[in-house]
Amino acid sequence: MTDVAKSDDASASHPAVAPLLTLRGISKSFPGVRALDQVSLEIYPGQVTALIGENGAGKSTLVKILTGIYQPDAGEIAIDGTPVELGSPHRAALQGITAIHQETVLFDEISVAENIFLGHAPRTRLGFIDWRALRRRAREVLGAMGAGHISPDTRLKELSIANKHLVGVARALSIDARIVIMDEPTAALSYKEIGELFTLIEMLKADGKGILFISHKFDEIYRIADRYAVFRDGQRVGAGPLPETPQAEIVKMMVGRSVDQIYPKHAATPGDVVLKVDDLSHPTEFDGIRFELRRGEILGFYGLVGAGRSEVMQALFGLTRTSRGSIELDGQVIAPRSPADAVDAGIVYVPEERGKQGVVLGLPIFENVSLPSLKRTSRHGVLRLKEEFDLARAYTERLDLRASSLSQDVGTLSGGNQQKVVIAKWLATGPKVIILDEPTKGIDIGSKAAVHQFMGELVAQGLAVIMVSSELPEVMGMSDRIVVMREGRMVTLLDNKNLSAEALVSAAAGIRGDEA
Amino acid sequence: MSELTSNDTAPRRIPDRLGSPLRARLLSWEMLLLAVAVAIFIANSLASPYFLDAWSLSDLTFNFTEKALIALAMALLIISGEIDLSVASIIALSSTLMGMAVQYGVGTPGLVAIGIGTGLLCGAFNGLLVTRLGLPSIVVTIGTMSLFRGISFIILGDGVYKGYPSSFGFFGQGYVWWVISFELALFLVTAAIYFFVLHKTSFGRRIFAIGNNHVAAQFSGLRVGQIKFVLFCLTGLMSGIAAVLLTSRLGSTRPAIAQGWELEVITMVVLGGVSILGGAGGILGVVIAAFIMGLMTFGLGLLNVPGIVMSIFTGMLLIIVIALPILFRRLRNAKPA
Repeated sequence: MTDVAKSDDASASHPAVAPLLTLRGISKSFPGVRALDQVSLEIYPGQVTALIGENGAGKSTLVKILTGIYQPDAGEIAIDGTPVELGSPHRAALQGITAIHQETVLFDEISVAENIFLGHAPRTRLGFIDWRALRRRAREVLGAMGAGHISPDTRLKELSIANKHLVGVARALSIDARIVIMDEPTAALSYKEIGELFTLIEMLKADGKGILFISHKFDEIYRIADRYAVFRDGQRVGAGPLPETPQAEIVKMMVGRSVDQIYPKHAATPGDVVLKVDDLSHPTEFDGIRFELRRGEILGFYGLVGAGRSEVMQALFGLTRTSRGSIELDGQVIAPRSPADAVDAGIVYVPEERGKQGVVLGLPIFENVSLPSLKRTSRHGVLRLKEEFDLARAYTERLDLRASSLSQDVGTLSGGNQQKVVIAKWLATGPKVIILDEPTKGIDIGSKAAVHQFMGELVAQGLAVIMVSSELPEVMGMSDRIVVMREGRMVTLLDNKNLSAEALVSAAAGIRGDEA
Repeated sequence: MSELTSNDTAPRRIPDRLGSPLRARLLSWEMLLLAVAVAIFIANSLASPYFLDAWSLSDLTFNFTEKALIALAMALLIISGEIDLSVASIIALSSTLMGMAVQYGVGTPGLVAIGIGTGLLCGAFNGLLVTRLGLPSIVVTIGTMSLFRGISFIILGDGVYKGYPSSFGFFGQGYVWWVISFELALFLVTAAIYFFVLHKTSFGRRIFAIGNNHVAAQFSGLRVGQIKFVLFCLTGLMSGIAAVLLTSRLGSTRPAIAQGWELEVITMVVLGGVSILGGAGGILGVVIAAFIMGLMTFGLGLLNVPGIVMSIFTGMLLIIVIALPILFRRLRNAKPA
């Protein structure tokens, strides 16, 4: 595989080399969520360790701990067997840990050379930055990587994403980082660029660096990684040498949990078609989306983050313009140009970003609920508070909202109760189609169950529901049919009968083969 | 969707509100302002024997009515999360165009229409730039602040327009009843209308929602751009009305007319309890703040304090009223809950 024979042998079965970085019992909690629970991880020199897991498995939290952005609540981090504190991003960098993110954390407005040496630029005797040495050494580093085509004087913003990644790697080399974290580095790269990146990773390996590689794409993981670690719900559920472990086994680890929550099985008797979307396309985000939604049906949208699911929903809600295709609601073609248009037509959207887009923090509960229905609760534009309170009470109580009064600031509610306010707000408008984008993301179990329960009631009353979710049990537990999206396209539309979690995950991750 | 039916278990009833709204009202910012107003009033009457006189009190109101009319609309705009720094320049342009019209023999009704119309157009121009192009209002209106007054300077140079018809003088100099000037009456009536619009209508409710979180407001189906555009037009309109009043009161137009008023208008609004960050505030506070500013200017005048010191005073006041609520919040948060 590489010319580093020693570690190559080691990676085959039992690594004889001592790990470069060791994590022991790392835990991290956020209000209401245990993001990491007693996690261990080893990164070996000269090897690529792939970190695998569903969205929300705790991968990003781990990266943030390794780069000094978050502090763990418990546990130990050791480099070369010596415990270290990564108290700040600066400290982490001093320990030789660097990260190349999905969106690079480099600076667009300054030159390539400055980006590479930011914070450790060569100095003249007087303490000023030695620009000539800076440029020369930048050229050397880039040249050594085989990236001599990038001029050190170019402003970073003029580079393609692939070349920006190369600059990121050059930076890692220049600070003599020993541990390089790559968080979905290929997300925005073309096939050829991915190849170039992988050549570089081989170089880093040969140089004895320890690499943590995060990706959702199995073909890449198998191509580059020596070892893997699977995370699920904040715990490490498996780890080992990679080429020997079959994909199917890893997929099983990823989704492994049984659908332990009991999802209210609604008596689905889908009626006539309410929403018909045909060939809906966006210049960059999605292409050729085509589905029908019936009354009394929950249609799930599953896929990886960035698959374009939310973008499709926002197009239906009038937030983004489409380039092609049509939307038919109750047989009539609509072209919502704003959320106001969509709401008037009868399509409402419960956004993923609850605090930013869902509720108006600082306003009381009843004002949040009545906001889209003010035309109905007011007469000739004059508010009628009693009508507003009645409306707010009718819908929030049905959702079992926990609040001391309807005049309470919505910002003082828990995430789950805020979500209930958002849903109540939309139900009060009497919609035809309700779109829920990650409806239970980051909310407590109790509220989760209430939201699920309520979705069942909604469809029982003939409402049509679209649910975007990255949570497998939720998608499988609630949906009648499931649209799987990948990279802006519809991969398939599956009937949720005898569907296996493995098949769903494989479709979303783009795994070909018979195990899907 | 029709009525949702599920009454197998009666849900807990959530009350409309807790505690009496009366008590909250007594502890409000408005009450504090009122106390300050009374204090300044008493201080003024102690400082000068001429203060407690119906006519001198009436004169006092001319110190603030024109600015306060703009402040009413500005309050709505700031609550919505935007700002208009060009209001004083709109006055200059409106006044200049009125003065120009006088040279062509336009009568009083025509002058009023030109003054108010110019204001409305200027406001619409600001509104278009902010809502259509998505530019930040502070940048747009700094630009139009120079633009509008610049046009006045081009038209007028260092000249002056005079010769307004005598009937035009009523708006800035006339009285509707005894010591109640037309300006004061207009302000009180307009303030009542703005109070109603902001606090009692769905339009006002939407303004608060937008100011608190314009993204969530948009996601709730509000036509955010449209509402903001209307607010810019209103602010322009009020500036046009102020231009008519001021020009009528002075009887002449110079390009430096109403210079620096935007700061006093904004101070009034912020002193009145409107959050500079948007989303909170009320008309009552702005009205009391207008009276406070008027009383203070008058009181300092009685004490022969020169104008430049007064502007220092205004500047300090602006900083204090912006800092106070923030300090207040910090103190409250510092206390254990």
